Order: sequence, then C-alpha cells, then structure tokens
Amino acid sequence: MKVVSPNSLTGTRLGRARELAFSAVTLVAGLSILALLAGVVAATVSYAWPAIESQGLGFLTSTTWSSQQETYGALALIYGTVVTSLIALVAAVPVALGVSLFVTEVCSARFRAPIVAIIDLLAAIPSVVFGLVGALVFGEAFQVVFRVFAGPTANGSSLLTAGIILSFMIMPIIASITREVIATVPGQYREAAYALGATRWEVITSAILPVGINGITGAVMLGLGRALGETIAVALVVGSAIQITADVTQPGSTMASIIANRFNGEGIGIERNALMGLGVLLFIITLIVNMAARVIVARTKRGMIPA
Amino acid sequence: MQEIRARHRSQTVRVGLGAVLALLLVVSVACGNSTSPQGKQPTTTSLGNGTTADSNTGEVQSTGFNLADFAGLNANIKGSGSSFQQNYNLATIDLLHTVLPELKITYAGGGSGQGKSDLADGVVDFAGTDSLVKPEDAAKYNGQVLYFPTVVAPITVSYELDGVHELRLDGPALAQIFSAKITSWNDEAIAVLNPQTELPAIPITVCRRADASGTTTNFTKFLDAAGGADWPYGSSDTVDWPSGTQGAQGNGGVAACIAKKSGSIGYVDFSDAKAQGLAGALIQNSAGEYVEASLSGASAAVEGAVIGDDLTFDPINAPGSDAYPITSPTWIIVLDTQRDSTKAEALRALLSFILTDGQDVTFTQSLNYAPLPAELATRALAQIDQIKVG
Repeated sequence: MKVVSPNSLTGTRLGRARELAFSAVTLVAGLSILALLAGVVAATVSYAWPAIESQGLGFLTSTTWSSQQETYGALALIYGTVVTSLIALVAAVPVALGVSLFVTEVCSARFRAPIVAIIDLLAAIPSVVFGLVGALVFGEAFQVVFRVFAGPTANGSSLLTAGIILSFMIMPIIASITREVIATVPGQYREAAYALGATRWEVITSAILPVGINGITGAVMLGLGRALGETIAVALVVGSAIQITADVTQPGSTMASIIANRFNGEGIGIERNALMGLGVLLFIITLIVNMAARVIVARTKRGMIPA
Repeated sequence: MQEIRARHRSQTVRVGLGAVLALLLVVSVACGNSTSPQGKQPTTTSLGNGTTADSNTGEVQSTGFNLADFAGLNANIKGSGSSFQQNYNLATIDLLHTVLPELKITYAGGGSGQGKSDLADGVVDFAGTDSLVKPEDAAKYNGQVLYFPTVVAPITVSYELDGVHELRLDGPALAQIFSAKITSWNDEAIAVLNPQTELPAIPITVCRRADASGTTTNFTKFLDAAGGADWPYGSSDTVDWPSGTQGAQGNGGVAACIAKKSGSIGYVDFSDAKAQGLAGALIQNSAGEYVEASLSGASAAVEGAVIGDDLTFDPINAPGSDAYPITSPTWIIVLDTQRDSTKAEALRALLSFILTDGQDVTFTQSLNYAPLPAELATRALAQIDQIKVG
C-alpha cells in the first residue's frame, strides 16, 4: 500500500492554492444548484401568477380545463397523473424486483453481464420511443384486449394504456437501481442465512430485502418521479380527455401531457399562465413524493434492521 | 446439483434471448417510425428540376416568376406556424433556393397559434396560419398584418369500417357523431343517409386532435355552421371534446388513430389521409350534394367563397354544387412595415414566387394541395407592394 504523506498534498504553497481553488469551485457548484432551484421556482410561480390569481382555489378544485370557457382547473389532471403513475408502479415494481433478484440471486454469473447491459440499455431508451410504440403498435391491440374485459366502450388510448407504457419505461430504471442495491448487500448475510439452512426464498425475504429496503424504496421513488413527470410518451397514448373517471380504460389527461398538448395553442391568452401553474403543481407534488420517500426510508431503517 | 445448474443456465439463455429479441423489436419499430414521416415528404428534387428548367427557359409564361427582379438577392429570413402548409412551404422554399441560392429561408412548423405569437413577438419574419388574427390581439403586432393566401386543401372525414366502401354524412350527423350523441355505427341518423349500405352494429371511436390546431378550428367551424343545434361546442383550436373521444397528436397521429381501430372516424388533412390510405366520407355541401374530398372540390369551394379586401376568406360550407364543404384556407402573414430592406426584399421574393411559379397545378397537386383561383393569386400578388420598409 502506498502511503501518501499529508505534506505532499497541502504542504507546498501550490498544494494549498490548489486546495483552496478546489473548495471554491465545489462551493460555487453546490450553490449553483440552489440558485437554479430558486430561479426555477421564482420564474414558474411569477409566470403562473396571473392564472392562479384569476382562477383562485378553482385552479385546484375544478375539473374543467377549457380555453373556450377560460376556466382552468387542475383536479382532473392531478387525478390522471396520480392514476397513471399508480398503475405504472403496481405493474412495474414486482417485475423490477423479480428481474433484479433473478440477476443477483438466481441466474448464473456467465449471463449476468449481458442481462445487466440489456436492462441498462432499456433504461436509456428515450421516452418518445415508448410513446410511439404505445400509440402506433399497442394502441390497437390494447383496445381489442380492453374490450374483451371492460366492454365495448373501452379505448386503446386511455389512462390504463398510459399506465402500462409508463410501467415499461420505469421498470428498467427500478430494476437497474434495485439490482445494484441488492448487489451491495454484504455476502456474509447471505452466507450466514444459507448456513442456517434457509431456502433461497428465506434468504431473500429475511436477509436481502430487509437490508436493501432503503435503496429499493429509493429506486421505486425515482421510478415514480419519472412516471409523474413523463410528458411525451403519456401525451401520445393517454387520449387527452379531461375527466375524472373510475374506468381506467377511458381516455384522460395528466398535468405533463396537457402541457405538451396545449403549449402551442393560440397562446397569447391566460392558458399559458395556467399551464405554467401546472408546472408549479408538478414541482410541489414531486417535492411531496421525495419527502414522503425520505420519511418511509427513515421509518423502515428503524424498523427493519436490528441495530 | 449439476442438473439444477444446467437448468438454470438454459433458463438464463432463454431469458437473455427473449430480452434481445424484445430490444430488437423496439429498435426496429422505432426506426420504422422515424423513417415514415420522411417517406411522406414530397420528393422535391425532381419537381425542383422540372420547374426550375421551366422558369429558366421561360416556359411557364402564365405564372412566370420574374427572376431578374431578385437576382443575386442575399438574405436570411425565417418563418414558423401552420403545419397544414408546411409540406408546401418546404417544397417551395427548396425550389426557390435552386434559382436564388443566396436566399436562405427556413420554415419551422409548430402550429398556427405558435406562428402568430412568434410573429407578434418578432421572432420570425413571416408566419403560416390557417386562422385569422383575433381582433383583440391585433395591437400586439408591430405593424399591420397582411394576409397572403397560398394554397387550399380539403380536410377529410376519414373512417375505418370493414365492408363499408361508401359513407355519406351531412352536417347534423357529423355533429352528433363528434359530440358523442351517436355512439353506434348502425344508428338511425347515419343509416337514413346510407340506405344502400349495411352498417355494422359496432361502437364509434372518435379520433380528434389533442394539440391545438388550425385543422380543428376549420373542422369545428364546419360543424358549427352545418351541424346547427347538434353541435354545442363552438369552434376553436382546442374545443371541450366529450370525454369518450380519443385525442391524438398532429394530423399524422389522428390518421394513425383511425387506421388502427375498426369503427373509428376522425378529421385529417388531405395529404395525411392519402398517405395512410384512409377512406374518406362523402360530405353534404350547402347545395345539398354529397361531395368527396378532392383538390378540385377544394378549388370549387374557394371559387364560391367571398374574398375580403384583406384577402381573408372562409371556404367552409361555401356555396356551389361541386364545392367540398370542409375546405381549409391557409395564409402566410407578414407585417406591412419591415425594418430591414433586404429582409423585405426576401419576403417579396418568397411571396411572389409562391403566387406565380408556386401555383403551378402539377406542382401543388403532387403535394396534395390545390392552387388558388387565378384571380385571387393576382390580387395577392398585387398586395406584395404593400410591404414597405420603415
């Protein structure tokens, strides 16, 4: 092992200057994140203000979003965002967990690398590709399948379609991170559990998942964040109706999809301000999701891992 | 143990192969998608050569573009807006570029709304639009807006219905279909218009634009005019569609929405409907005739429309027994007062090219547009003089 003397780093004047410069650069980089955040918040809120002012509380409680009536209420869009993201999570998380456990615990080492490469590749496909595949390839097939189960009025472009396409998108991300988390679980835990005669299932549920739960929660939340904010893929398949309906085979809209759809509109009126208001709402919702994730992680940390 | 490991291995191979196949499928579909819009682009090179040769030899006498007026013009102008006229604009710009190589013109789509606000903000030198500037927005422009009509084209009502080769619809029936009052193809309101045709008892899927669009403006204008009390939603670039209808992006998206689903109907611009090979309904015009969407029907609609002094006109539901009632106008709008004299000259070159050589009927038809009536083109050509520098 090579021992580096502290003097060689900070002893010389050059070394000290370099150290100072490095601190300064990282400080600026760190502050720039805060400045960027503050700038984004200030810009979106100030641009959205005329709409929030004119719509009042109706901006949150109304289900009508209409440039013809000049009424902009986000409730149906919030509903669409939440429903599509939940569908995506319900569909993607079990598969992602399965994939990552298969790669780390079940599959032989020889095939691990190619599978991991494919998962990472999937995670890097631009979202518009998923959207186009969903709209042009799956739209018709989904409509046929939906109509078998949900009756003749089910639509190929619907909240359910958007949820499924979103699950395709977030599954590789969740799987990729979960796999890395599980790979970092110390080998002794596994070996100890196997030594006690645990089956593979018992090893996974008693030794691996409890240790990895923080990271897995983080992975799910990252996936949720992407699902909440996904724009183009959803806009292409969600059907763009503005309604709250329990029937998820009907078209709907999300906050992000309506921003994509309407931003090129006549535009000189107040709708652009209202769309910016949706941006602020999305920002707040993402913030809440992140904080909730932190709380969950903190709780599970206390509960699951014996000190 | 060995056996178990072997089984694992074969499972892994199978899973790995499946993933690779899935990936290939995604990639190939993605490639297919990315090439299809290009496939739709008109092949301008051959056209370009043809018409350029004509203008060099002076063969196109009736529409001649006077190249000498603009020889050596070196300028750079840009425009944005209507996607309805985009294919025409791009082909015309390419053609003009072959005779005036120093004149650089770009046209980005983005929709009529985008074009109008870009022109108001001074971001572009000209804008394409399928709808007029609202009176309350006129003050936002840095000068008076001049309208130059360029071409016209029909908006088709396309449908996908197995076994139905001819479908006749009138204004009220269309209004009821698009407002979701009629939900089944064998509804009495449709059947009574199509006594010869056996209509299937399947639900109607309405495909319409999700994004703000001039095509929506003009289509809903027709529903508003011909649908009467059956159309409560008015006319706008986005309307409050009933909740069961399916929104899709762009004319291409609506065309795909229709083509994919049996029992669907929607409105699509002529060139996208042709590209998808969609069947178009015969629409009853104001003279009571059922007319197929065609370029000659669109020309007839413009002949029947009243042209205003500012060259605005409304060919929707225009009189005339040959007129196709859902015909969309489209304009290039520019400000009458230009700051930069070279840019003003470039605008004059572009507009006079569009209104002369650009009106050649084989050229416009190859792009699925109809030319303006000669009289209107002449009036528009005269209006170019109103572009001043100041």
